Amino acid sequence: MRQALPEKILRAGVLAAGAIVLLAPIAAGLWHSMGAALGHVPALGSEGPSLGPLRDVASQPGFSTALRLTVVTGISATLLSLALAIALAAAITQGPARVVSRLLAPFLAMPHAAMAVGLAFVLAPSGWIARALAPVFGWARPPDLATVNDAFGAALILGLVIKETPFLLLIILTALTQIPLRAHISAGQSLGYGRGAIWAKVIVPQLWPLIRLPVSVVLIYNLSVIDMALILGPSNPPTAAVLIARLFSSPDLAQIMPASAGAIVLGLVAAASIAALAAGARALAYLGPIWLRRGGREAWMDMPFRAIAPMGAALLLLGAAAMVLLGLWSLAWRWPWPMLWPETLTVAAWASALQDFGPALHNTALIALASTAFSLTLAVAWLETQAKSGREALIYLPLLIPQISFLFGMNTLLLQLGAQGSMGAVIWAHVLFVFPYMMMALTGPWRRLDPRYGQAAASLGAGRIRQLWAVKLPLLLTPICAAVAIGLAVSVAQYLPTLFLGAGRIGTLTTEAVTLASSSDRRITGVVTSLQAALPLAAYAGAFIIPKLAHRNRSALQGAAA
Amino acid sequence: MSLILKDVSITPKGGPALFAPLSLTILAGQIGAVMGPSGVGKSTLLAAIAGHLPQGFALTGQIILNGARVNDTAAQMRRIGLMFQDALLFPHLSLADNLAFGLPAQIKGAAARAAAVAQALAAAGLAGMGARDPATLSGGERARAALMRSLLAEPLAILLDEPFSKLDTALRGEIRAFAFDHIRARAIPALIVTHDDSDAMAANGPVLRLTGQSG
Repeated sequence: MRQALPEKILRAGVLAAGAIVLLAPIAAGLWHSMGAALGHVPALGSEGPSLGPLRDVASQPGFSTALRLTVVTGISATLLSLALAIALAAAITQGPARVVSRLLAPFLAMPHAAMAVGLAFVLAPSGWIARALAPVFGWARPPDLATVNDAFGAALILGLVIKETPFLLLIILTALTQIPLRAHISAGQSLGYGRGAIWAKVIVPQLWPLIRLPVSVVLIYNLSVIDMALILGPSNPPTAAVLIARLFSSPDLAQIMPASAGAIVLGLVAAASIAALAAGARALAYLGPIWLRRGGREAWMDMPFRAIAPMGAALLLLGAAAMVLLGLWSLAWRWPWPMLWPETLTVAAWASALQDFGPALHNTALIALASTAFSLTLAVAWLETQAKSGREALIYLPLLIPQISFLFGMNTLLLQLGAQGSMGAVIWAHVLFVFPYMMMALTGPWRRLDPRYGQAAASLGAGRIRQLWAVKLPLLLTPICAAVAIGLAVSVAQYLPTLFLGAGRIGTLTTEAVTLASSSDRRITGVVTSLQAALPLAAYAGAFIIPKLAHRNRSALQGAAA
Repeated sequence: MSLILKDVSITPKGGPALFAPLSLTILAGQIGAVMGPSGVGKSTLLAAIAGHLPQGFALTGQIILNGARVNDTAAQMRRIGLMFQDALLFPHLSLADNLAFGLPAQIKGAAARAAAVAQALAAAGLAGMGARDPATLSGGERARAALMRSLLAEPLAILLDEPFSKLDTALRGEIRAFAFDHIRARAIPALIVTHDDSDAMAANGPVLRLTGQSG
């Protein structure tokens, strides 16, 4: 048993590290939030349990409207993104799917806050669309329309859909490689079914189990998003997450209790939404076969698929315009209404912003690199030592609970550890979200790698470390680079973890961008959001180029694109 | 030198053994063969001997290499070479680097190592092709290179897992003769798993026929 014992210790050690890093803060966070929600905060001299905080938050002006807004925007954005992504996938897989999936990279890289600011630049009454329409309608000044921050949350839904559709599309395209798509479509067509009906009856039911987790992650994200809701969402009342975040940052410390009560309520709403999604899927799984057995060819179903895909493409075009406008405003000097192009271009805003926001840039890069490096190490250790099991679902727990429901409690834990407001605390909070996304990108390729490469190396005398360094890591370079790019992008985009765990003392480009978004200086906002977007864009470009260069003479590895 | 299997059997967790306990003695320079229909567990047996028993399987019996029991020795410490059906050259390395990977670290100095690799390439009829991408090689070239990589590691025994089954018949005899000649020249025990009688005939060593436990 020379080999078995250390192997066991290694496996248990990695499992324990994963549990401490990921689950401890969530468990402690939920515990402290729950305590505060029941009025138990000894540090403030308040002993629970009492239902007072719950009553307090319920009596906040607009709380029920805020909750309704959250549910409506969160669920409709998720379902819309899913429908668009499926229709786009159906359209793309008829053509050059690989080329199109490359075009998605900028959308995936874009931080939510930057995308939101860019969309505001397009949609606002003084934005690009209104400027383009001005000559038609003869508007002498920006029209008095609430096109952003509208009370229904339409702009917020639009922003979420533009950001999440590419993510779901990429997830679907990846999942489709596990389904014999072409064969199933040919088989269906030979039986007289059209593409729409084949997708609805054959492909989507096979697809759902493979994309259920990412769709749930998107749903939770949409229900609890703060930065995008602050920039695009309604303000009075805002969505529940924003209202709760405001209570948390109130100068009156006693507000922590109703805020925590609200955070727990939001957590319950999120859990109920996930349950509703699962129940809906189950109902469709029951009704689907009944529909299918009737044998209708439903030729009309080709129509919605054909009609939805251009809508998706139009939304992506809107997102692309938003990205362009960020850069354009950062270079604009004079840009009067209703001109479509700035009158003068200058780099003056960049020069001054680079000085003012140097520390934020430094913090952003440091936190992103540290949390990604740590997460990559943990991910490789995890995949090397842990067999595939149900335990793996726990990795994704941080993405399946609204951030605001446990981050404040995690902050309390770190306060007790004496690490509150430190760089380490912020990095740890980022790891909670960076690690699961990196695992999503790495797990499939890692487990699919032919185990015989490692065995061949071992039979040539290579030990465990050499097998990893000399064979597995180079073979997996493409997915590793992709995972690193995703990790950096996820970290750069984090808003609430930086705000809460940094105790407001650690500013990143994202926290600055959200603060600036409500200001009137579009130039500086354009510079900071462009800078915020530039980091993950560079990472994605690197993830594309590095494996190409490293494997330029290796044709067997050229096809393995991210 | 010898490779001895004594009452070796492999049992999946909670199931019956894949085959009845088998015993086989292969002396230096001999090439033993294990025959049997696909799915009977031939490849699992070879993997177990090399130290790669898949998770969920248990091995009983003894694997004795040069008089020492190696059941619990880590794969990379066993010095048992393993050649697969697909040559499994590492796709990220050049042909020469693939061979250098197998070359023991005791051979020091870039020039000496390069010379050893070049010599092996020449012996495999691949002289001057060291910089090639393994993906651009033909099936026969890949098989010869994989064998050379295995032999460069100076194994004490070598296992071959249907190494010729993906080659077309014309090439098959040629590569097989090449492989067997080189193995015999090393005077090490070898064990080939195959379902092709001509392989076993050419091996000209002890033959074992596996049948499933329950048919």
